[in-house]
Amino acid sequence: MRTGRLQPWLFIGPALLLLSFFLVYPSIHTTALSFFGRPYSAGAEGFIGVENYRHFFTDRSMLTAFRNNALWVVIFTTFTVCFGLIFATLLDRVRYEKIIKAIVFIPMAISMVGASVIWKFVYAFRPAGANQVGLLNAIVVFFGGEPVGWLIERPWINNLCLIIVGIWIWTGFCMVILSAAYKNIPRTLMEAARIDGASEWQVFWKVILPILKPTLAVVTTTMIVFVLKIFDIVYVMTNGNFSTEVIANRMYKEMFSFHRYGRASTIAVILLLLIIPVMLFNIRRFREQEAVR
Amino acid sequence: MAGLMRTLSRGPLHVVIIILALAWMLPTAGLLITSFRTPQDVAHSGWWTVFEHPFNFTRYSLENYRAVIEKSGMGQAFLNSLKITIPGTIIPVMLAAFAAYAFAWMKFPCRKILFLIVVALLVVPLQMTFIPILTIFKQLRLGGTLPGIWLAHTGYGLPLTVYLLHNFIAGLPSELFDSASIDGASPLQVFFRLVLPLSVPAIASVVIFQFLWVWNDLLVALMYLGGTPDVAPVTLKVANLVGSRGQDWELLTAAAFVSMALPLIVFFSLQRYFVKGILAGSVKG
Repeated sequence: MRTGRLQPWLFIGPALLLLSFFLVYPSIHTTALSFFGRPYSAGAEGFIGVENYRHFFTDRSMLTAFRNNALWVVIFTTFTVCFGLIFATLLDRVRYEKIIKAIVFIPMAISMVGASVIWKFVYAFRPAGANQVGLLNAIVVFFGGEPVGWLIERPWINNLCLIIVGIWIWTGFCMVILSAAYKNIPRTLMEAARIDGASEWQVFWKVILPILKPTLAVVTTTMIVFVLKIFDIVYVMTNGNFSTEVIANRMYKEMFSFHRYGRASTIAVILLLLIIPVMLFNIRRFREQEAVR
Repeated sequence: MAGLMRTLSRGPLHVVIIILALAWMLPTAGLLITSFRTPQDVAHSGWWTVFEHPFNFTRYSLENYRAVIEKSGMGQAFLNSLKITIPGTIIPVMLAAFAAYAFAWMKFPCRKILFLIVVALLVVPLQMTFIPILTIFKQLRLGGTLPGIWLAHTGYGLPLTVYLLHNFIAGLPSELFDSASIDGASPLQVFFRLVLPLSVPAIASVVIFQFLWVWNDLLVALMYLGGTPDVAPVTLKVANLVGSRGQDWELLTAAAFVSMALPLIVFFSLQRYFVKGILAGSVKG
């Protein structure tokens, strides 16, 4: 092909320009900003070294956000991956696989804002004695319980209720990827194990799981990277009130409510630092997998 | 007989699956049904009570939809979402296709390292970029404008779209490019006559992926369009309604459904491509 020396740059130029402007330069600038701040409330932000970082590992509301993000990482990741695996395995055995898969996968297509409205309605709370319009409280009252303020009861019930929304959305994602990997397993392998007298349970643990391990690793890390940045659900459903704060929502508040750009930048840098190791692991596993194929 | 035994012994499997599927469906079903009920009904009884008289059509109406689309501005927001999403999908996919082709089939210095940098940018959380970009947008008067958010979605979408399209375009047979070069075709001709037509399946997946990503986005819209209601997309509008009309479930549910309608249509008509895109894009940061 006749390629001038300039031509390749015309093809990649626009993309590189926009990437530099929207991702490369701001990352460097934000990192620099994270060392600036207003130590004594008034005036412009000045250089204050690692003061912002120190603040975040001592400030109570920030520690709450860290705790909640840790909760999200552990519970959200465990359940999305486990449910995804359960659906992938069970659905392979029934004829109506396609329709159930579509049902579980639909939440992936809608926005997290839409999903938040759906679930806020499920969690709706009326005082005892009133007709409950929220599904969950109606069930509780039906079985003779007292209605619960699902999004107010801190810190475990409300955080768990928010995490459930995330699980509901992202299980479909895990299911689709794990199911694709599952269908790649040679059927003869499972048949051979069954003929050798292995129970379905043993086939799952000894044959299926080891083969799915690389895919499980990729799905798990993808979920972790995603959930570290969780924002929409918390912003719409509680805005971080009642001890449900998370790191990304805290950053939004620092920016738009308190106008402390140094601190907001610090939060962004901390997010990046949390994500990098997981992402490196993810890319390495992904490459290994590609190499195997 | 054996078939019947098999079906019976697998009874628990079917029960578990059906229960899980119902659990996944019920919340959305509740939303959909509520959006067609009258405010009085919604305030006084649960949506499941409609099943006592499911065919009593006097209890349903489109009134809530009329209210949110006209009075609450969801109609305008829907148009805004289209105005944001269509260019916000076409521009990045077009630029990414150009770049992916060059990275895959052209020779130039620093090619490998540049590509590596582009992919590495997948790691950067968008939060890292907001403050500097907002400052510049303010100076350039791009804040609260459509071109501003098109550019932002393009910048943020490029790493993944370049990566996905590169994977596909690099996999095209090299003989194709050899013969084109013998015929004396220019790179631009090769791109438009060979690469684009052959990449249609990959481009379709990436387009759907980016389309849903932009349509469903709240964070980027909140950052760059947050202060300007007249260009706010559906997600922003619904989020604001939750704040201002938090107890008016008949309106919230109708508004939420308006915001979900297009993604659902895309999902049901193009599910195959969507799933393919998800499978390929599972490393998105």
